[in-house]
Amino acid sequence: MSSNGVDVGKRRFLTLSGVAVGGVGVGAAAWPFLASMAPSERAKALGAPVEVDISKLEAGQLLITNWRGSPVWIVRRTPDMLDNLKAVEGELLDPASEEDQQPEYAQNMTRSVKDEVLVMIGRCTHLGCSPKFRPEYPAPDLGKDWKGGFFCPCHGSKFDLAGRVYKGVPAPLNMPVPPHRYVGDNTIIVGEDPEVA
Amino acid sequence: MPIVANPHKTTGFLGWIDDRFPLTKMWKDHVAEYYAPKNFNFWYYFGSLAMLVLVNQLITGIWLAMHYKPDAAQAFGSVEYIMRDVPWGNVLRYLHSTGASAFFIVVYLHMYRGLLYGSYRKPRELIWIFGCLIYLALMAEAFAGYVLPWGQMSYWGAQVIISLFGAIPVVGEDLVIWIQGDYVPSDATLNRLFALHVVAIPFVLVGLVIAHLMALHEVGSNNPDGIDIKKNKDENGVPLDGIPFHPYYTVKDLFGVSVFLAIFLTVVFFLPEVGGLFLEKPNFTEANPSVTPEHIAPVWYFTPFYAMLRAVPSKLGGVIVMFGAVAILFALPWLDRSPVRSIRYKGPIFKFAVLMFSISFVVLGWLGLEAPSEGKTLAARIFTIIYFAFFILMPFYTRMEPTKPEPARVTE
Repeated sequence: MSSNGVDVGKRRFLTLSGVAVGGVGVGAAAWPFLASMAPSERAKALGAPVEVDISKLEAGQLLITNWRGSPVWIVRRTPDMLDNLKAVEGELLDPASEEDQQPEYAQNMTRSVKDEVLVMIGRCTHLGCSPKFRPEYPAPDLGKDWKGGFFCPCHGSKFDLAGRVYKGVPAPLNMPVPPHRYVGDNTIIVGEDPEVA
Repeated sequence: MPIVANPHKTTGFLGWIDDRFPLTKMWKDHVAEYYAPKNFNFWYYFGSLAMLVLVNQLITGIWLAMHYKPDAAQAFGSVEYIMRDVPWGNVLRYLHSTGASAFFIVVYLHMYRGLLYGSYRKPRELIWIFGCLIYLALMAEAFAGYVLPWGQMSYWGAQVIISLFGAIPVVGEDLVIWIQGDYVPSDATLNRLFALHVVAIPFVLVGLVIAHLMALHEVGSNNPDGIDIKKNKDENGVPLDGIPFHPYYTVKDLFGVSVFLAIFLTVVFFLPEVGGLFLEKPNFTEANPSVTPEHIAPVWYFTPFYAMLRAVPSKLGGVIVMFGAVAILFALPWLDRSPVRSIRYKGPIFKFAVLMFSISFVVLGWLGLEAPSEGKTLAARIFTIIYFAFFILMPFYTRMEPTKPEPARVTE
């Protein structure tokens, strides 16, 4: 339909192509604004994964490092410690780690990638205090059934040697396991998930 | 309709302006010759009061921004500086913080008025939708503003609210990092929330308020009888039941303003914290990422939705229910199928439904302030269901129940 010498088809084509090209332009112009909100280079550098060498960590010892402002604990557990994880299960709030406090690859009996090596954020899930490493037992001050674990001096929360919280203490959740992966046998990268095989 | 310059034929200096800008026309269209129904009651104060509080927030906000530092290392200290060292700074801040709560009080009552008298019904659907958008913008504004003092509740509130986006499948985790601009709430987060709070959202808010009023003045105000006053006009086309907004309602609203200010300023001067309800106690401690407060609760105006969030056992489900509770408000104009607008002529089922809805909103608001327990979680679930049932069942109970006949003219 053409009136007054106007080519309506051409006009429609120009309108639509104008809108399409303009839309692409608006999308492209929006990019820098949206991308600028992502973590800056400085934030990325401060939050980068940390590499930890555990070759000198002996069985039964705790190593403390730091990632994104949080203390990260690495414990090389003895066979005896691993056996005790089963023994205390009945006294735990979430023995099967059903609450989302660990990556999928650490949602197992030992809450770890390698059975003996525990990697965990060292912060009480109650009010953020730092629990104490208390592997020795019996410990009269922690009750007669104590099989080793972590004890928070602030409000008395107790965790086992997989960071699982006991029943009847103020902390509501197991201690969180950060994303981590192994490079070789003795190097852990805290802050990165394992590459999918 | 062609635009005629100076349709009211003014002369002199005013005429010079009116030939170039529709000053007299705007004054007459929106104030002096805007005919509002003559039967407005108590409930009609809250629209103008919301406007008053908006102006209070804009002005006190600008003055607070003259002294506040949007920097994680300095924010908390700068608020203390405003409170202690800036002349009249404590009054400016309390006007702003009390204004935030007052804003929600008058807006909730204003929305409730709309619910009672069917002000959202055809042809006022867009007024209602603009109103819901204002409410959404207000919630975003209040959240961003609450983070700025960078106290413990600011920090952990931000952490909880932003982490809600983490419940979104697939993109959630990355979205949270993008919103925060860091891996944890930090200086970057505070700085961008400041930009949103003082520049972006106020622009949106004011624009929406203008759209809300333009839509209102296009179709005319509803009234407690929910009937159309434009059906009965005199020979000049003026509704018989209408009175000019000025001077009648300007004077009425000024009376409302005086009562409101008496109450508002009493709170500002004598109990600005309202026992931890308007200003939560943990927020008098500086933000500390490694110490979680004993009990995290949002400010009172968000607690009904917070109670719904906690009532649902799954995180994603809770987030959906919480946002759904706000989103469903938008559908209200199409959920109400009653032949009458006002609750005055609706049947007993609607009145009962409104009563149950009101109770559930208030009880959820209380539950959201409390630490969760088994009994309270159960109560929150029951009242969440009632809240949603009010809306979802509305098309059925409004259609089937008999209504009373509407009068031809407004009642006294």
